[in-house]
Amino acid sequence: MGLALLLLIWLITLTSTYFFVAKTWWLPAGASAATHWIDGQFQLTFIIMGIVFLAAQLSLGYIVWRYRATPSAPPVSYSHGNTRLEIIWTTLTTILFIGLNLMGSSVWASQRFDAAEPGAVQVEVTGMQFAWYFRYPGADGTYAKTKVSLMDPSAGGEAAVGLDTSDPSAKDDVVTGTMYLPKDREVDLSLRSVDVIHSFFVPQLRFKQDAVPGLNIHMHFKPTEIGEYEIACAELCGLGHYKMHGMVHVVSQEDFDKWLAAREAEKQ
Amino acid sequence: MATPATVHSHAPQGFIRKYIFSLDHKVIGLQYFFLALTAVFVGMFLSLLMRIHLIWPTAALPLVGEIKPETYLALLTMHGTIMVFFVLTTAPQGGFGNYVLPIQIGAPDMAFPVLNMLSFWTTFLGFIVIIAAFFVSGGAPLHGWTGYAPLSAVQSAGPGEGLGADLWITSIAIFCVASLMGALNFITTTLDLRAKGMTMMRMPLTVWSWFITAILGLLAFGVLLSAGILLLMDRNLGTSFYVPLIVVNGQVMGHKGGSPLLWQHLFWFFGHPEVYIAILPGMGVASQVLSTFSRKPIFGYKAMVYAMLSIGFFGFMVWGHHMFMSGMSPYSAFAFSILTMCIGVPSAIKTFNWLGTMYKARIRFKTPMLYAIGFVSLFVSGGLSGPFLAQPVLDIQLHDTYFVVGHFHLIMGVAAIFGIFAATHYWFPKMFGRMMNETMGTIHFFITLAGTYAIFMPMHYLGMAGQTRRYSQFTEVAYQTKLLPLQTFMTYAAFITIAAQFLFVINLFWSMFKGPKASDNPWEATTLEWTTTTPPPHDNFGGKTPVVHHGPYEYGVPGAPKDYIMQTDPPTDAGHSDTK
Repeated sequence: MGLALLLLIWLITLTSTYFFVAKTWWLPAGASAATHWIDGQFQLTFIIMGIVFLAAQLSLGYIVWRYRATPSAPPVSYSHGNTRLEIIWTTLTTILFIGLNLMGSSVWASQRFDAAEPGAVQVEVTGMQFAWYFRYPGADGTYAKTKVSLMDPSAGGEAAVGLDTSDPSAKDDVVTGTMYLPKDREVDLSLRSVDVIHSFFVPQLRFKQDAVPGLNIHMHFKPTEIGEYEIACAELCGLGHYKMHGMVHVVSQEDFDKWLAAREAEKQ
Repeated sequence: MATPATVHSHAPQGFIRKYIFSLDHKVIGLQYFFLALTAVFVGMFLSLLMRIHLIWPTAALPLVGEIKPETYLALLTMHGTIMVFFVLTTAPQGGFGNYVLPIQIGAPDMAFPVLNMLSFWTTFLGFIVIIAAFFVSGGAPLHGWTGYAPLSAVQSAGPGEGLGADLWITSIAIFCVASLMGALNFITTTLDLRAKGMTMMRMPLTVWSWFITAILGLLAFGVLLSAGILLLMDRNLGTSFYVPLIVVNGQVMGHKGGSPLLWQHLFWFFGHPEVYIAILPGMGVASQVLSTFSRKPIFGYKAMVYAMLSIGFFGFMVWGHHMFMSGMSPYSAFAFSILTMCIGVPSAIKTFNWLGTMYKARIRFKTPMLYAIGFVSLFVSGGLSGPFLAQPVLDIQLHDTYFVVGHFHLIMGVAAIFGIFAATHYWFPKMFGRMMNETMGTIHFFITLAGTYAIFMPMHYLGMAGQTRRYSQFTEVAYQTKLLPLQTFMTYAAFITIAAQFLFVINLFWSMFKGPKASDNPWEATTLEWTTTTPPPHDNFGGKTPVVHHGPYEYGVPGAPKDYIMQTDPPTDAGHSDTK
């Protein structure tokens, strides 16, 4: 029985570890400036936790086999514990866990405490059951007012986000169903929701943030690779949650300018 | 240590007072156990339907027919709610805590027997109410067990958000009331009804775990109850605690100025301690069983007690780690993250001590021991994904993905269930006077351990790859569709694992009537429940009050006549008269 347990626990442990180490399924290739830091911290945490996982599971398997009761087994070693050992492993675990945490927190701070760089491209993201809309403030750099009373999700576009067309700065506001972003430029995102909580998640951009009704949440990130990335809503928002899907196109600055100009032209 | 306020020397006569509205903590414990057993099969059936739907989206299913996206969400909401409240909170604490705690401290019953009966029947009512949500117009709610507002607070936000959601929150409120009554009873009983010589530091670790769980319950369920009442008011009376000005289905709702984050704060202030409410009794049982079958004292008894106390203490300061992506102040994420890492320390200590207990032992592989070993393995696996999720910067990628689902299923789901399996096999002889079948138990253990790992370990891979949770289909997002083969593997693993659970039920009921007769102390254990007859008489000790002379885990004491000294054995020079 001891041997069967050892074999099963070791098999589970080694199989699980294999798929982590082989990266059969892993974080998708990153395409934003944060990738380097987030993936580095992930890797570090993974290595430390992986070692602890292997050490704990393999010794569990070994101990239950090694100390199984057999007629010839020696009497048990009568002990109520060892205070010195308790202090050692408490201290070690504390240092390890807190240290790991502090290492990751500078990344968090740079992303979330500081404002976006000057000259960042402004995009407002609005989530609603079950679509994403993106608004660019246009040449004046100002988002026009939106009004709840004007919101009409079934109409889509400007009407869906409740754009107040009587506001002069509404003239050059562009509202689209697909997000375009220039490469290597910081994005100053503001996130809103008209109904329930949604979450804007783009795995390749290493970016996730809830869109909460009643709040306007500012976030920033910098896409670094040209490509098309899928947005998946990550907060349960109702029956269409699974299909609340969108696309981010990261393009060159030139292509971005062309795209935005074309949208402005369409609007006129 | 006060003497019991009431002495129940005469057992009640008549079926109804004896088995239905009983005041006997042992009967009430069994009632809780069978309620949880019913609930776990309902919850498991719902998960089976979900697993089938994920990989065969168009298949019509037994009892429910065609699965629409909202049906899937209703299944997951009810699965989570039923499992968390009516299984993981009900069986370890209400079931085994009720049955065993008074006997282990040498008391004739709980401090408040009528309150005890009331708390069971209130829990039962809560279960009826939540099941009713399936059958009302619109069906069960789709907002998940966490019920985030405004989705849960607005009747028109989706199918099931009408009467079904009202029943859901009402059921939870009823459950809170029942748990508050139960918690008071457990705390009072532990503090006041201990037998002579049963000092706090001689209490079995199971008693400590039920005691600390009761304190957590007393502090946490009150908050959830209040939060639930506010939610009912938002839903039905037009208040705006959780709902700002919003537009749903093109209609401007009548709410203004509420905060969706308020619900999350209140919910997780309950929700995180709830995780420990589910797992602490499992830790207690694992400690008890590991020591018994290792024939060795528990390694670091005091460290175990302090670890559980600090888990309970820190458990109330970490709720914000569920909200790193919620729009909560990023500064507070720092504090919540550090405190969450702190709670990992006592959890690690417990693991070290379990390994230390088995080190240089003589392990007897009886079924309770197998489940306790499984518990340790699952606790390690589920615990080590915690430090990933505790870091806000990694949560950016992992929050609301299958990584989280894998994490909490391993640790608060499967590990806690293994605690329940260990407890069932360990105390069954005392409860029913017969032994469970070891062969069936062993087979069930091996299939369930391998099977649950096969279901929940791949969830970590899926989560890293960005698979979002609570999706009824993976057909709409191209990168997620690619992950379907792994989902298919998990569904097949679920079929086998779920099928194996019938082995447990067959063993349970077969042994109840046909198992070999059990002696008073079949495991050669030391704690008070093994000093009394099997099954124990109505007042637990047949009119005698036990007197305690020893710590709870005196195994393998050098110089003692047997390899164990029971807590009530006369004082001796051999070993420690107290646990150091």
